[in-house]
Amino acid sequence: MRAWALAALLVVAGCGAAESGGAADTTGDGRVTVFAAASLTEVFTRLGEDFEAAHPGVEVVFNFGGSSALAQQIGQGAPADVFASASPATMAQVVDAGGTAAEPVAFARNRLEIAVPAGNPAGITGLADFADADAKIALCAGQVPCGAAAKRAFDAAGVTPRPDTLEQDVKAVLTKVRLGEVDAALVYRTDVRSAGGEVEGIGFPEADLAVNDYPIAPLAKAGNAAGARAFVEYVRSDRGQAVLAEAGFEAP
Amino acid sequence: MTSIAHRKRRRATGRLPVVLVLPAVLGLAFLLVPLVGLLVRAPWGTLPSRLFSASVGEALRLSLLCASLATVLCLVLGVPLAWLLARGDVPGRGVLRALVTVPLVLPPVVGGVALLFVLGRRGLVGQYLDAWFGVSLPFTTAGVVLAEAFVAMPFLVISVEGALRAADPRYEEAAATLGASRWLAFRRVTLPSILPGVVAGTVLCWARALGEFGATITFAGNFPGETTTMPLAVYLALETDPDAAIVLSVVLLLVSVGVLAALRDRWISGPS
Repeated sequence: MRAWALAALLVVAGCGAAESGGAADTTGDGRVTVFAAASLTEVFTRLGEDFEAAHPGVEVVFNFGGSSALAQQIGQGAPADVFASASPATMAQVVDAGGTAAEPVAFARNRLEIAVPAGNPAGITGLADFADADAKIALCAGQVPCGAAAKRAFDAAGVTPRPDTLEQDVKAVLTKVRLGEVDAALVYRTDVRSAGGEVEGIGFPEADLAVNDYPIAPLAKAGNAAGARAFVEYVRSDRGQAVLAEAGFEAP
Repeated sequence: MTSIAHRKRRRATGRLPVVLVLPAVLGLAFLLVPLVGLLVRAPWGTLPSRLFSASVGEALRLSLLCASLATVLCLVLGVPLAWLLARGDVPGRGVLRALVTVPLVLPPVVGGVALLFVLGRRGLVGQYLDAWFGVSLPFTTAGVVLAEAFVAMPFLVISVEGALRAADPRYEEAAATLGASRWLAFRRVTLPSILPGVVAGTVLCWARALGEFGATITFAGNFPGETTTMPLAVYLALETDPDAAIVLSVVLLLVSVGVLAALRDRWISGPS
Protein backbone atom coordinates (compact mmCIF):
# COMPACT_ATOMS: atom_id res chain seq x y z
CA MET A 1 0.00 0.00 0.00
CA ARG A 2 2.82 2.33 0.92
CA ALA A 3 4.62 1.35 -2.24
CA TRP A 4 1.54 2.27 -4.22
CA ALA A 5 1.29 5.64 -2.57
CA LEU A 6 4.92 6.21 -3.32
CA ALA A 7 4.51 5.18 -6.94
CA ALA A 8 1.58 7.56 -7.24
CA LEU A 9 3.62 10.30 -5.65
CA LEU A 10 6.49 9.68 -8.02
CA VAL A 11 4.21 9.97 -11.00
CA VAL A 12 2.43 13.02 -9.68
CA ALA A 13 5.59 14.77 -8.62
CA GLY A 14 7.29 13.84 -11.86
CA CYS A 15 4.52 15.57 -13.76
CA GLY A 16 4.58 18.50 -11.37
CA ALA A 17 8.33 18.98 -11.47
CA ALA A 18 8.26 19.99 -15.11
CA GLU A 19 5.91 22.87 -14.53
CA SER A 20 7.14 24.03 -11.11
CA GLY A 21 10.66 25.46 -11.23
CA GLY A 22 9.85 29.09 -11.93
CA ALA A 23 6.55 30.42 -10.67
CA ALA A 24 5.86 27.84 -7.97
CA ASP A 25 9.31 28.24 -6.44
CA THR A 26 8.98 31.95 -5.85
CA THR A 27 5.35 32.16 -4.75
CA GLY A 28 5.04 28.93 -2.82
CA ASP A 29 1.96 28.00 -4.82
CA GLY A 30 1.13 24.53 -5.99
CA ARG A 31 1.74 21.27 -4.27
CA VAL A 32 3.71 20.71 -1.07
CA THR A 33 4.68 17.09 -0.52
CA VAL A 34 5.26 16.25 3.14
CA PHE A 35 6.79 12.99 4.33
CA ALA A 36 5.75 12.65 7.96
CA ALA A 37 6.03 10.09 10.76
CA ALA A 38 3.03 7.79 11.12
CA SER A 39 2.31 9.19 14.57
CA LEU A 40 1.64 12.58 12.95
CA THR A 41 -1.11 11.19 10.69
CA GLU A 42 -4.13 12.83 12.33
CA VAL A 43 -2.54 16.06 13.48
CA PHE A 44 -0.70 16.77 10.22
CA THR A 45 -3.76 15.95 8.14
CA ARG A 46 -5.54 18.63 10.12
CA LEU A 47 -2.60 21.06 9.88
CA GLY A 48 -2.50 20.43 6.14
CA GLU A 49 -6.15 21.40 5.78
CA ASP A 50 -5.57 24.53 7.83
CA PHE A 51 -2.51 25.39 5.77
CA GLU A 52 -4.45 24.95 2.53
CA ALA A 53 -7.21 27.20 3.88
CA ALA A 54 -4.64 29.84 4.78
CA HIS A 55 -2.86 29.55 1.43
CA PRO A 56 -5.41 29.32 -1.38
CA GLY A 57 -4.05 27.47 -4.40
CA VAL A 58 -1.73 25.32 -2.33
CA GLU A 59 -2.28 21.62 -1.98
CA VAL A 60 -0.53 19.63 0.75
CA VAL A 61 0.08 15.97 -0.01
CA PHE A 62 1.20 13.61 2.75
CA ASN A 63 3.09 10.39 2.80
CA PHE A 64 2.82 8.96 6.30
CA GLY A 65 4.93 6.03 7.38
CA GLY A 66 7.62 4.79 9.70
CA SER A 67 10.24 7.54 9.97
CA SER A 68 13.05 5.15 9.04
CA ALA A 69 11.20 4.04 5.89
CA LEU A 70 10.54 7.65 4.93
CA ALA A 71 14.19 8.59 5.50
CA GLN A 72 15.16 5.72 3.25
CA GLN A 73 12.70 6.80 0.55
CA ILE A 74 14.04 10.36 0.65
CA GLY A 75 17.58 8.96 0.35
CA GLN A 76 16.48 7.06 -2.76
CA GLY A 77 15.25 10.27 -4.34
CA ALA A 78 11.56 10.24 -3.46
CA PRO A 79 10.14 13.66 -4.40
CA ALA A 80 9.45 15.20 -1.01
CA ASP A 81 9.47 18.86 0.00
CA VAL A 82 9.35 18.47 3.78
CA PHE A 83 10.37 15.72 6.18
CA ALA A 84 8.89 15.54 9.67
CA SER A 85 10.32 12.61 11.59
CA ALA A 86 9.60 11.16 15.01
CA SER A 87 13.22 11.17 16.15
CA PRO A 88 16.42 13.15 15.64
CA ALA A 89 18.16 9.86 14.71
CA THR A 90 16.02 9.23 11.64
CA MET A 91 16.26 12.92 10.66
CA ALA A 92 20.04 12.65 11.00
CA GLN A 93 20.06 9.97 8.27
CA VAL A 94 18.66 12.54 5.85
CA VAL A 95 20.86 15.38 7.14
CA ASP A 96 24.01 13.24 6.86
CA ALA A 97 23.16 12.45 3.26
CA GLY A 98 22.86 16.18 2.54
CA GLY A 99 19.12 15.87 2.03
CA THR A 100 17.96 18.86 4.04
CA ALA A 101 17.81 22.48 2.88
CA ALA A 102 17.93 23.95 6.38
CA GLU A 103 18.84 22.90 9.90
CA PRO A 104 16.07 20.65 11.31
CA VAL A 105 14.13 22.16 14.19
CA ALA A 106 12.21 20.33 16.88
CA PHE A 107 8.52 21.22 16.67
CA ALA A 108 6.95 18.76 19.09
CA ARG A 109 7.65 16.16 21.71
CA ASN A 110 5.84 12.92 22.38
CA ARG A 111 5.97 10.28 25.07
CA LEU A 112 5.13 6.62 25.12
CA GLU A 113 2.16 5.07 26.82
CA ILE A 114 1.00 1.49 27.23
CA ALA A 115 -1.97 0.85 24.95
CA VAL A 116 -4.45 -1.92 25.73
CA PRO A 117 -7.77 -2.82 24.07
CA ALA A 118 -10.84 -1.25 25.69
CA GLY A 119 -11.56 -2.95 28.99
CA ASN A 120 -7.96 -4.16 29.32
CA PRO A 121 -8.91 -7.87 28.98
CA ALA A 122 -5.46 -9.14 29.97
CA GLY A 123 -5.24 -6.92 33.07
CA ILE A 124 -2.05 -5.16 32.02
CA THR A 125 -0.73 -2.81 34.70
CA GLY A 126 2.81 -1.86 33.74
CA LEU A 127 5.92 -2.52 31.71
CA ALA A 128 6.64 -5.70 33.71
CA ASP A 129 3.66 -7.38 32.00
CA PHE A 130 5.53 -7.09 28.67
CA ALA A 131 7.86 -9.85 29.84
CA ASP A 132 4.95 -12.28 30.20
CA ALA A 133 5.21 -14.95 27.49
CA ASP A 134 1.46 -15.58 27.59
CA ALA A 135 0.54 -12.00 26.84
CA LYS A 136 0.33 -11.00 23.18
CA ILE A 137 2.58 -7.99 22.74
CA ALA A 138 3.16 -5.69 19.78
CA LEU A 139 6.06 -3.26 19.63
CA CYS A 140 7.57 -1.01 16.99
CA ALA A 141 10.60 -2.46 15.22
CA GLY A 142 13.91 -1.20 16.59
CA GLN A 143 14.76 1.06 13.65
CA VAL A 144 11.49 3.01 13.94
CA PRO A 145 11.60 5.88 16.47
CA CYS A 146 8.83 4.43 18.64
CA GLY A 147 10.80 1.17 18.79
CA ALA A 148 13.96 2.99 19.83
CA ALA A 149 12.01 4.88 22.50
CA ALA A 150 10.45 1.63 23.72
CA LYS A 151 13.92 0.12 24.07
CA ARG A 152 14.99 3.06 26.25
CA ALA A 153 11.93 2.58 28.42
CA PHE A 154 12.48 -1.16 28.84
CA ASP A 155 16.16 -0.66 29.56
CA ALA A 156 15.29 1.89 32.22
CA ALA A 157 12.71 -0.43 33.75
CA GLY A 158 15.02 -3.46 33.58
CA VAL A 159 12.38 -5.43 31.68
CA THR A 160 13.11 -7.78 28.77
CA PRO A 161 9.97 -7.62 26.65
CA ARG A 162 8.70 -10.71 24.79
CA PRO A 163 6.96 -9.21 21.78
CA ASP A 164 4.96 -11.33 19.33
CA THR A 165 5.35 -8.88 16.49
CA LEU A 166 7.59 -5.95 15.61
CA GLU A 167 5.65 -3.54 13.43
CA GLN A 168 6.92 -1.09 10.86
CA ASP A 169 5.25 2.02 12.21
CA VAL A 170 3.37 3.03 15.29
CA LYS A 171 -0.01 3.06 13.55
CA ALA A 172 0.40 -0.61 12.61
CA VAL A 173 1.01 -1.32 16.30
CA LEU A 174 -2.05 0.71 17.26
CA THR A 175 -4.19 -1.21 14.74
CA LYS A 176 -3.25 -4.51 16.37
CA VAL A 177 -4.45 -3.11 19.71
CA ARG A 178 -7.63 -1.70 18.18
CA LEU A 179 -8.49 -5.08 16.69
CA GLY A 180 -7.84 -6.74 20.04
CA GLU A 181 -5.20 -8.97 18.46
CA VAL A 182 -2.66 -8.06 21.12
CA ASP A 183 -3.05 -7.57 24.85
CA ALA A 184 -0.67 -4.65 25.10
CA ALA A 185 1.60 -2.43 23.06
CA LEU A 186 3.77 0.62 23.48
CA VAL A 187 2.65 3.56 21.38
CA TYR A 188 2.72 7.32 21.70
CA ARG A 189 0.30 9.04 24.02
CA THR A 190 -1.10 10.89 21.01
CA ASP A 191 -1.91 7.59 19.29
CA VAL A 192 -3.91 6.39 22.28
CA ARG A 193 -5.81 9.65 22.18
CA SER A 194 -6.46 9.41 18.44
CA ALA A 195 -7.93 5.90 18.80
CA GLY A 196 -10.78 7.23 20.96
CA GLY A 197 -12.62 4.69 23.10
CA GLU A 198 -11.23 1.62 21.38
CA VAL A 199 -7.90 1.84 23.14
CA GLU A 200 -7.02 2.62 26.75
CA GLY A 201 -3.74 4.22 27.75
CA ILE A 202 -1.72 3.35 30.84
CA GLY A 203 1.07 5.66 31.89
CA PHE A 204 4.31 4.32 33.37
CA PRO A 205 7.10 5.99 35.33
CA GLU A 206 9.85 5.27 32.78
CA ALA A 207 7.93 7.22 30.12
CA ASP A 208 9.96 10.29 31.05
CA LEU A 209 13.02 8.51 29.65
CA ALA A 210 11.23 7.54 26.46
CA VAL A 211 10.41 10.99 25.15
CA ASN A 212 10.95 11.70 21.46
CA ASP A 213 11.65 15.09 19.92
CA TYR A 214 10.09 15.52 16.49
CA PRO A 215 12.30 17.44 14.05
CA ILE A 216 11.09 18.99 10.80
CA ALA A 217 13.10 20.31 7.86
CA PRO A 218 12.61 21.48 4.28
CA LEU A 219 14.44 19.21 1.86
CA ALA A 220 17.29 20.05 -0.48
CA LYS A 221 15.64 18.54 -3.52
CA ALA A 222 12.26 20.10 -2.86
CA GLY A 223 10.36 20.84 -6.04
CA ASN A 224 8.52 23.52 -4.13
CA ALA A 225 11.12 25.11 -1.83
CA ALA A 226 8.99 28.12 -0.92
CA GLY A 227 6.02 25.93 -0.10
CA ALA A 228 8.27 23.70 2.00
CA ARG A 229 9.55 26.64 4.05
CA ALA A 230 6.02 27.99 4.45
CA PHE A 231 4.72 24.66 5.73
CA VAL A 232 7.58 24.29 8.22
CA GLU A 233 6.89 27.81 9.48
CA TYR A 234 3.20 27.04 9.77
CA VAL A 235 3.85 23.94 11.87
CA ARG A 236 6.04 26.03 14.19
CA SER A 237 3.61 28.95 14.35
CA ASP A 238 1.37 29.54 17.36
CA ARG A 239 -1.57 28.20 15.40
CA GLY A 240 0.31 25.04 14.45
CA GLN A 241 1.58 24.54 17.98
CA ALA A 242 -1.95 24.93 19.35
CA VAL A 243 -3.21 22.15 17.05
CA LEU A 244 -0.31 19.92 18.09
CA ALA A 245 -0.96 20.59 21.78
CA GLU A 246 -4.62 19.78 21.32
CA ALA A 247 -3.64 16.40 19.88
CA GLY A 248 -1.56 15.66 22.96
CA PHE A 249 1.90 16.63 21.75
CA GLU A 250 4.16 18.53 24.11
CA ALA A 251 6.13 21.64 23.20
CA PRO A 252 9.77 20.87 22.36
CA MET B 1 6.82 -33.75 -39.09
CA THR B 2 6.31 -33.84 -42.86
CA SER B 3 8.49 -31.82 -45.19
CA ILE B 4 5.54 -29.71 -46.40
CA ALA B 5 4.60 -28.70 -42.91
CA HIS B 6 8.22 -27.98 -42.22
CA ARG B 7 8.49 -25.67 -45.25
CA LYS B 8 5.31 -23.88 -44.39
CA ARG B 9 6.47 -23.32 -40.89
CA ARG B 10 9.75 -21.89 -42.05
CA ARG B 11 8.03 -19.51 -44.40
CA ALA B 12 5.69 -18.34 -41.64
CA THR B 13 8.57 -17.53 -39.33
CA GLY B 14 10.87 -16.28 -42.09
CA ARG B 15 10.38 -12.59 -41.47
CA LEU B 16 9.79 -11.37 -37.94
CA PRO B 17 7.49 -8.36 -37.98
CA VAL B 18 9.12 -5.37 -36.31
CA VAL B 19 5.80 -4.33 -34.86
CA LEU B 20 5.91 -7.51 -32.74
CA VAL B 21 9.63 -7.86 -32.20
CA LEU B 22 10.24 -4.36 -30.87
CA PRO B 23 7.66 -4.48 -28.07
CA ALA B 24 8.70 -8.06 -27.35
CA VAL B 25 12.33 -7.03 -26.83
CA LEU B 26 11.21 -4.05 -24.74
CA GLY B 27 9.03 -6.37 -22.70
CA LEU B 28 11.92 -8.74 -22.14
CA ALA B 29 14.19 -5.87 -21.11
CA PHE B 30 11.50 -4.52 -18.79
CA LEU B 31 11.33 -7.86 -17.01
CA LEU B 32 15.04 -8.60 -16.90
CA VAL B 33 16.79 -5.24 -16.42
CA PRO B 34 15.58 -4.76 -12.82
CA LEU B 35 16.95 -8.20 -11.97
CA VAL B 36 20.25 -7.28 -13.62
CA GLY B 37 20.23 -4.07 -11.60
CA LEU B 38 19.90 -6.12 -8.44
CA LEU B 39 22.88 -8.24 -9.42
CA VAL B 40 24.98 -5.20 -10.36
CA ARG B 41 24.27 -3.48 -7.05
CA ALA B 42 24.87 -6.63 -4.99
CA PRO B 43 27.79 -6.25 -2.56
CA TRP B 44 29.67 -9.25 -3.96
CA GLY B 45 32.67 -8.74 -1.68
CA THR B 46 30.75 -9.20 1.53
CA LEU B 47 28.17 -11.53 0.01
CA PRO B 48 29.45 -14.81 1.49
CA SER B 49 29.69 -13.48 5.03
CA ARG B 50 26.25 -11.90 4.81
CA LEU B 51 24.80 -14.98 3.19
CA PHE B 52 25.73 -17.23 6.07
CA SER B 53 24.66 -14.82 8.77
CA ALA B 54 22.12 -16.25 11.16
CA SER B 55 19.31 -13.87 10.26
CA VAL B 56 19.45 -14.65 6.53
CA GLY B 57 19.52 -18.39 7.16
CA GLU B 58 16.64 -18.08 9.59
CA ALA B 59 14.49 -16.09 7.18
CA LEU B 60 15.31 -18.41 4.28
CA ARG B 61 14.56 -21.53 6.31
CA LEU B 62 11.27 -20.04 7.49
CA SER B 63 10.36 -18.98 3.95
CA LEU B 64 11.03 -22.39 2.45
CA LEU B 65 9.20 -24.14 5.27
CA CYS B 66 6.14 -21.89 5.15
CA ALA B 67 5.90 -21.85 1.35
CA SER B 68 6.15 -25.63 1.25
CA LEU B 69 3.56 -26.14 3.99
CA ALA B 70 1.27 -23.64 2.30
CA THR B 71 1.69 -25.52 -0.98
CA VAL B 72 0.81 -28.82 0.70
CA LEU B 73 -2.27 -27.20 2.18
CA CYS B 74 -3.19 -25.81 -1.25
CA LEU B 75 -2.74 -29.23 -2.86
CA VAL B 76 -4.86 -30.99 -0.26
CA LEU B 77 -7.68 -28.47 -0.57
CA GLY B 78 -7.10 -27.03 -4.03
CA VAL B 79 -7.03 -30.17 -6.22
CA PRO B 80 -10.41 -31.36 -4.95
CA LEU B 81 -11.74 -27.84 -5.35
CA ALA B 82 -10.49 -27.73 -8.93
CA TRP B 83 -12.10 -31.11 -9.56
CA LEU B 84 -15.39 -29.84 -8.14
CA LEU B 85 -15.26 -26.77 -10.38
CA ALA B 86 -14.38 -28.79 -13.48
CA ARG B 87 -16.46 -31.94 -13.01
CA GLY B 88 -18.91 -31.46 -10.18
CA ASP B 89 -22.56 -30.78 -10.95
CA VAL B 90 -22.84 -27.88 -8.57
CA PRO B 91 -25.23 -25.01 -9.20
CA GLY B 92 -23.67 -21.61 -9.79
CA ARG B 93 -20.36 -23.06 -10.86
CA GLY B 94 -19.45 -19.94 -12.82
CA VAL B 95 -19.96 -17.77 -9.75
CA LEU B 96 -17.96 -20.20 -7.63
CA ARG B 97 -15.14 -20.13 -10.15
CA ALA B 98 -15.12 -16.33 -10.06
CA LEU B 99 -15.10 -16.32 -6.25
CA VAL B 100 -12.16 -18.70 -6.14
CA THR B 101 -10.09 -16.26 -8.16
CA VAL B 102 -10.88 -13.28 -5.92
CA PRO B 103 -7.65 -13.62 -3.90
CA LEU B 104 -5.80 -13.26 -7.22
CA VAL B 105 -7.06 -9.73 -7.74
CA LEU B 106 -7.42 -8.74 -4.10
CA PRO B 107 -4.52 -6.67 -2.78
CA PRO B 108 -2.74 -9.09 -0.42
CA VAL B 109 -2.91 -6.57 2.42
CA VAL B 110 -6.69 -6.64 2.13
CA GLY B 111 -6.49 -10.42 2.23
CA GLY B 112 -4.48 -10.15 5.44
CA VAL B 113 -7.05 -7.82 6.99
CA ALA B 114 -9.83 -10.21 5.96
CA LEU B 115 -7.96 -13.09 7.57
CA LEU B 116 -7.62 -11.03 10.77
CA PHE B 117 -11.36 -10.42 10.83
CA VAL B 118 -12.08 -14.13 10.42
CA LEU B 119 -9.21 -15.91 12.16
CA GLY B 120 -7.98 -13.18 14.51
CA ARG B 121 -8.54 -13.47 18.23
CA ARG B 122 -11.77 -11.55 17.92
CA GLY B 123 -12.57 -12.81 14.44
CA LEU B 124 -15.70 -14.66 13.37
CA VAL B 125 -14.04 -18.04 13.70
CA GLY B 126 -10.92 -17.06 15.60
CA GLN B 127 -12.77 -16.13 18.79
CA TYR B 128 -13.99 -19.73 19.11
CA LEU B 129 -10.57 -21.15 18.28
CA ASP B 130 -9.23 -19.00 21.08
CA ALA B 131 -12.02 -19.74 23.58
CA TRP B 132 -12.36 -23.48 22.95
CA PHE B 133 -8.89 -24.61 22.00
CA GLY B 134 -6.71 -21.72 23.15
CA VAL B 135 -5.44 -21.39 19.57
CA SER B 136 -4.49 -17.95 18.35
CA LEU B 137 -3.25 -17.81 14.76
CA PRO B 138 -2.04 -14.23 14.23
CA PHE B 139 1.68 -13.70 14.90
CA THR B 140 2.46 -17.42 14.54
CA THR B 141 4.23 -19.46 11.88
CA ALA B 142 0.89 -21.21 11.26
CA GLY B 143 -0.52 -17.78 10.52
CA VAL B 144 2.18 -17.25 7.88
CA VAL B 145 1.26 -20.57 6.25
CA LEU B 146 -2.43 -19.63 6.20
CA ALA B 147 -1.76 -16.17 4.76
CA GLU B 148 0.44 -17.64 2.04
CA ALA B 149 -2.07 -20.39 1.23
CA PHE B 150 -4.87 -17.86 0.98
CA VAL B 151 -3.01 -15.86 -1.61
CA ALA B 152 -1.44 -18.77 -3.50
CA MET B 153 -4.26 -21.31 -3.72
CA PRO B 154 -6.07 -19.71 -6.68
CA PHE B 155 -2.95 -20.25 -8.82
CA LEU B 156 -3.12 -23.97 -8.15
CA VAL B 157 -6.88 -24.23 -8.55
CA ILE B 158 -6.92 -22.39 -11.87
CA SER B 159 -4.06 -24.43 -13.25
CA VAL B 160 -5.49 -27.80 -12.18
CA GLU B 161 -8.98 -26.89 -13.26
CA GLY B 162 -7.70 -25.91 -16.70
CA ALA B 163 -5.93 -29.26 -17.00
CA LEU B 164 -9.06 -31.09 -15.90
CA ARG B 165 -11.22 -29.30 -18.42
CA ALA B 166 -8.73 -30.04 -21.18
CA ALA B 167 -8.54 -33.71 -20.19
CA ASP B 168 -10.84 -36.10 -22.01
CA PRO B 169 -13.61 -37.19 -19.61
CA ARG B 170 -14.20 -40.33 -21.70
CA TYR B 171 -11.32 -42.08 -19.95
CA GLU B 172 -13.07 -41.55 -16.64
CA GLU B 173 -16.30 -42.77 -18.18
CA ALA B 174 -14.54 -45.84 -19.53
CA ALA B 175 -13.13 -46.50 -16.08
CA ALA B 176 -16.61 -46.14 -14.63
CA THR B 177 -18.07 -48.65 -17.11
CA LEU B 178 -15.34 -51.05 -16.01
CA GLY B 179 -16.64 -50.74 -12.49
CA ALA B 180 -14.32 -48.15 -11.01
CA SER B 181 -15.77 -45.83 -8.42
CA ARG B 182 -15.43 -42.09 -9.06
CA TRP B 183 -12.75 -41.86 -6.40
CA LEU B 184 -10.81 -44.74 -7.94
CA ALA B 185 -11.20 -43.26 -11.43
CA PHE B 186 -10.00 -39.90 -10.14
CA ARG B 187 -7.00 -41.45 -8.45
CA ARG B 188 -5.91 -43.90 -11.13
CA VAL B 189 -7.10 -42.28 -14.36
CA THR B 190 -7.75 -38.56 -14.00
CA LEU B 191 -4.91 -37.58 -11.70
CA PRO B 192 -2.13 -39.18 -13.77
CA SER B 193 -3.46 -37.58 -16.93
CA ILE B 194 -3.50 -34.07 -15.45
CA LEU B 195 -0.21 -34.43 -13.62
CA PRO B 196 1.60 -31.78 -15.72
CA GLY B 197 -1.15 -29.31 -14.86
CA VAL B 198 -0.89 -30.19 -11.18
CA VAL B 199 2.89 -29.77 -11.26
CA ALA B 200 2.60 -26.44 -13.03
CA GLY B 201 0.02 -25.27 -10.51
CA THR B 202 2.15 -26.49 -7.61
CA VAL B 203 5.19 -24.59 -8.85
CA LEU B 204 3.21 -21.40 -9.39
CA CYS B 205 1.56 -21.79 -6.01
CA TRP B 206 4.88 -22.39 -4.25
CA ALA B 207 6.55 -19.45 -5.98
CA ARG B 208 3.66 -17.15 -5.08
CA ALA B 209 3.72 -18.35 -1.48
CA LEU B 210 7.49 -17.82 -1.29
CA GLY B 211 7.13 -14.21 -2.42
CA GLU B 212 4.08 -13.42 -0.30
CA PHE B 213 4.40 -10.18 1.65
CA GLY B 214 1.24 -8.15 2.21
CA ALA B 215 -1.06 -10.75 3.71
CA THR B 216 1.77 -12.16 5.80
CA ILE B 217 2.84 -8.91 7.44
CA THR B 218 -0.78 -7.92 8.03
CA PHE B 219 -2.04 -11.20 9.44
CA ALA B 220 1.07 -12.82 10.90
CA GLY B 221 3.00 -9.71 11.86
CA ASN B 222 6.77 -9.67 11.95
CA PHE B 223 8.99 -11.47 14.41
CA PRO B 224 12.37 -12.97 13.49
CA GLY B 225 12.35 -16.75 13.45
CA GLU B 226 8.57 -16.87 13.85
CA THR B 227 7.01 -14.88 11.04
CA THR B 228 9.77 -12.90 9.34
CA THR B 229 9.98 -14.56 5.93
CA MET B 230 12.42 -13.48 3.22
CA PRO B 231 10.15 -10.84 1.63
CA LEU B 232 9.55 -9.27 5.05
CA ALA B 233 13.26 -9.40 5.81
CA VAL B 234 14.00 -7.69 2.48
CA TYR B 235 11.52 -4.94 3.26
CA LEU B 236 12.86 -4.40 6.78
CA ALA B 237 16.50 -4.50 5.71
CA LEU B 238 15.81 -1.86 3.08
CA GLU B 239 15.26 0.65 5.89
CA THR B 240 18.38 -0.11 7.88
CA ASP B 241 20.84 -1.87 5.61
CA PRO B 242 20.09 -1.67 1.87
CA ASP B 243 23.04 -3.95 1.05
CA ALA B 244 21.54 -6.67 3.21
CA ALA B 245 18.23 -6.19 1.41
CA ILE B 246 19.97 -6.74 -1.92
CA VAL B 247 21.68 -9.88 -0.63
CA LEU B 248 18.36 -11.24 0.59
CA SER B 249 16.76 -10.38 -2.75
CA VAL B 250 19.52 -12.14 -4.68
CA VAL B 251 19.06 -15.23 -2.52
CA LEU B 252 15.32 -15.17 -3.12
CA LEU B 253 15.95 -14.69 -6.84
CA LEU B 254 18.39 -17.59 -7.02
CA VAL B 255 16.07 -19.90 -5.10
CA SER B 256 13.15 -19.01 -7.38
CA VAL B 257 15.17 -19.40 -10.57
CA GLY B 258 16.63 -22.66 -9.28
CA VAL B 259 13.22 -24.14 -8.62
CA LEU B 260 11.83 -22.95 -11.94
CA ALA B 261 14.87 -24.32 -13.77
CA ALA B 262 14.59 -27.66 -12.02
CA LEU B 263 11.01 -27.97 -13.17
CA ARG B 264 11.41 -26.40 -16.59
CA ASP B 265 10.88 -29.65 -18.47
CA ARG B 266 7.47 -30.00 -16.96
CA TRP B 267 6.46 -26.43 -16.97
CA ILE B 268 8.30 -23.73 -18.85
CA SER B 269 9.09 -25.49 -22.11
CA GLY B 270 5.97 -26.11 -24.08
CA PRO B 271 5.54 -28.92 -26.61
CA SER B 272 8.55 -28.74 -28.88
